[in-house]
Amino acid sequence: MSTTSPADSSASPTSPDSSVSPLHLAVALDGTGWHPASWRERGARPRELFTAGYWADLVAEAERGLLDFVTIEDGLGLQSSHLLEPDERTDQVRGRLDAVLIASRVAPLTSHIGLVPTVVATHTEPFHISKAIATLDHVSGGRAGLRVRISVRPDEADHFGRRHVPRPDLTADLSAQPLVTDLFDEAADHVEVVRRLWDSWEDDAEIRDVATGRFVDRDKLHYIDFEGRFFSVKGPSITPRPPQGQPLVTALAHRTVPYRLVARQADVGYVTPHDTGQARAIVAEIRAEQRAAGRADEPLHIFGDLVVLLDETRAAAEDRLARLDDLAGTPYTSDARVFAGTPAQLADLVQDLQSAGLTGFRLRPAVTGHDLPAVSRLLVPELQRRGAFRHAYEADTLRGLLGLARPANRYAAA
Amino acid sequence: MTEHPATTKHPATTQPLKQVHLAAHFPGVNNTTVWSDPEAGSHIEFASFAHFARTAERAKFDFLFLAEGLRLREHNGRIYDLDVVGRPDTFTVLAALAAVTDRLGLTGTINSTFNEPYEVARQFASLDHLSGGRAAWNVVTSWDAFTGENFRRGGFLPQEERYSRAKEFLATAHELFDSWHGDEIVADPATGAFLRDAKAGSFVHTGRHFDIHGRFDVPRSPQGRPVIFQAGDSEEGREFAASSADAIFSRHSRLDAGRAFYADVKSRLAKYGRRHDQLLILPAATFVLADTDAEAEERAHEVRRLQVSGATALRHLEFVWNRDLSSYDPDGPLPDIDPDTGDEHLARGRAQTREYRDRLATAREWRELAAAHGWSIRDLVIHTGNRQSFVGSPATVARTIDEFVQADASDGFILVPHLTPGGLDEFADKVVPLLQERGVFRTEYEGTTLRDHLGLDHPDRERDESRAYPERDAQRVAS
Repeated sequence: MSTTSPADSSASPTSPDSSVSPLHLAVALDGTGWHPASWRERGARPRELFTAGYWADLVAEAERGLLDFVTIEDGLGLQSSHLLEPDERTDQVRGRLDAVLIASRVAPLTSHIGLVPTVVATHTEPFHISKAIATLDHVSGGRAGLRVRISVRPDEADHFGRRHVPRPDLTADLSAQPLVTDLFDEAADHVEVVRRLWDSWEDDAEIRDVATGRFVDRDKLHYIDFEGRFFSVKGPSITPRPPQGQPLVTALAHRTVPYRLVARQADVGYVTPHDTGQARAIVAEIRAEQRAAGRADEPLHIFGDLVVLLDETRAAAEDRLARLDDLAGTPYTSDARVFAGTPAQLADLVQDLQSAGLTGFRLRPAVTGHDLPAVSRLLVPELQRRGAFRHAYEADTLRGLLGLARPANRYAAA
Repeated sequence: MTEHPATTKHPATTQPLKQVHLAAHFPGVNNTTVWSDPEAGSHIEFASFAHFARTAERAKFDFLFLAEGLRLREHNGRIYDLDVVGRPDTFTVLAALAAVTDRLGLTGTINSTFNEPYEVARQFASLDHLSGGRAAWNVVTSWDAFTGENFRRGGFLPQEERYSRAKEFLATAHELFDSWHGDEIVADPATGAFLRDAKAGSFVHTGRHFDIHGRFDVPRSPQGRPVIFQAGDSEEGREFAASSADAIFSRHSRLDAGRAFYADVKSRLAKYGRRHDQLLILPAATFVLADTDAEAEERAHEVRRLQVSGATALRHLEFVWNRDLSSYDPDGPLPDIDPDTGDEHLARGRAQTREYRDRLATAREWRELAAAHGWSIRDLVIHTGNRQSFVGSPATVARTIDEFVQADASDGFILVPHLTPGGLDEFADKVVPLLQERGVFRTEYEGTTLRDHLGLDHPDRERDESRAYPERDAQRVAS
């Protein structure tokens, strides 16, 4: 797709307005950035990608901008320019570190920003994922979440050798094929198990009662006894309930089947509308699924995803994109809208899209070393001037930043 | 001390002293850990882990050690509630500890039964990158359907196959670690080459337990491979360690047993073409310190009483009797009835009950002991349970540790304090300086990686040597 720009940026309000509802901002971290040639840009630090310092600096930069959270991309195979198979390209970033461990490594170095690593439901154990994210919540003092995804790549299945993933038909809507709907159903069960395990310890299960010699009140530890189509899990977790009770569950969704996963299980869904009309339609569909899932009363954030290139002028940003495309050899395409322009123009766009019912945005920096600081140092002050973004962190937990209450434990006696 | 070598000084010899290796085991979910003490802190808050790790690093320890269990233990069909319950995810807390320490090794216990090599290899390689080369893996096995109920495959693995799977798991993980050599990433913006090798990370493994292929996605980490620990004591476990491990976490912290174990395991190395110094023996050890040896003995007894409450004593008796003894008074005499010699049905999710093979004989022996000494149930459990490994003044404990190591009863110890998180502080402040004075423990870290601390070769050394001697490789292929 080509670069698009706000339809009517000149007409958007730019003055502070107390009636503007604050929006939420996240940044999606992926290697040196979302553009495949990003690693060749000045400031990209490609040789440091596999060091803790690189990731600590990025998350510190995001925290400097008072962002709600960062997501960290991950997969169970090398990055590829193909959807379904590995490639043998040597001109793009290949290789990465486990996203949960990156998040945990930076947690003690930050104090407010949420940390949301990607986990692949298809090949992982929900028991392991649940305790990993619970532990991330413990080490970060209540700032953990996860972004759940499935894997349709047959080569990733071959890394595990435990299941055969047939090659889906790329000419048809991927998400409507039985293989893929099954993987989404499995992901929903995976998240259900992860969530039940988080609740499998009541908050006050640890009693340290010297008189009776009991460390825990075992009536407050619960078997989850999950039995589904794909697996069964007994519980309880080995890790006590995390500080947030339920860390944040998020998912990216493009079609009806994944919208249903968001509606059934998520606290935040990422969607990819290219204009306000699409945004309105997607929000309506997810809200309908949410009602159908019986969650109408529960808060569910819907964030718009945007790939961003930010410079002092639109021309400079577009030139940079053209230069990156030249280096990559092909024009960059994305599921999300690609925005190239000034921070003020991006502020116009997000406020415009917000009016269609989106509650926040996850920005994917095209070149992390350039566009992340542009978000934290230029976009954020612009939004603050408009009264649309916080001036200080107002909560200590990620749920708190997103206005989500700490949920009651499903197993606690009323 | 009741058991230490008679010598109190190093014999006059020109032999260089063996250096002692020391590690710290975060207090675990067993009754060694005293949670009832007012000083006992949280077992789950990160502040406890950070305090413990920083103390170990301040004392220049080689590494911190975390155990793991993938299902809460049960007793008589209910969750066992008398010991500490609950712990963090191993990888996740170690990655966070890498942020609050610079040199300390980070050893995690990870099960080879309810995990898959690709995922575990990428987690250890990631931890090694994120810690600058400080990761280690204590490879453990399990087979029980009880633990399996928490996982996709359930109790899929017969007991006799657990080491077969563990060995192949580890070999497969090594193939994944070795699928990157360390020189693939060039990241040259001018030429546009990020990778030198279009097939970096390629692997194929075909075996009885794993049939996987593709490309590993974490480039070579600073240590090449994490340091490998093995903890089992069985014949199979010893052989596994001799063939595949860099260090053993053993249970033999008594001098004679330690020397016998040390000699046995080290003697197995030669048949795998390995040198004596390529496998370290590091027993678990508990300790109690006080200003004088006599005070330490008193304190050790107090700690034992805290470790064995009346309720804990009854549960421990039940491990042997294999019966519900909850109606007995722990301060009264031992039961008259005999143990149930049928299948183990009370305790689940713990290893120690397998020690009591002959329940009737143990019960008879314990009744005789109790009668002879006038012991109650609780007294008996306190006296027959594991005594602390090292009890004494700092000078006594430092000397004993040194002598153990010089006598080839071990290469050092993995210390298991009884208090979280401050249980290591006194050892760090009082014993470590004495070991340093004796010239057997480092005063500064000399290297940055755990392999450096342990004196282990980098795995690339073997590869580089074979590159330098292609004729030797050719011979290997021919033979």
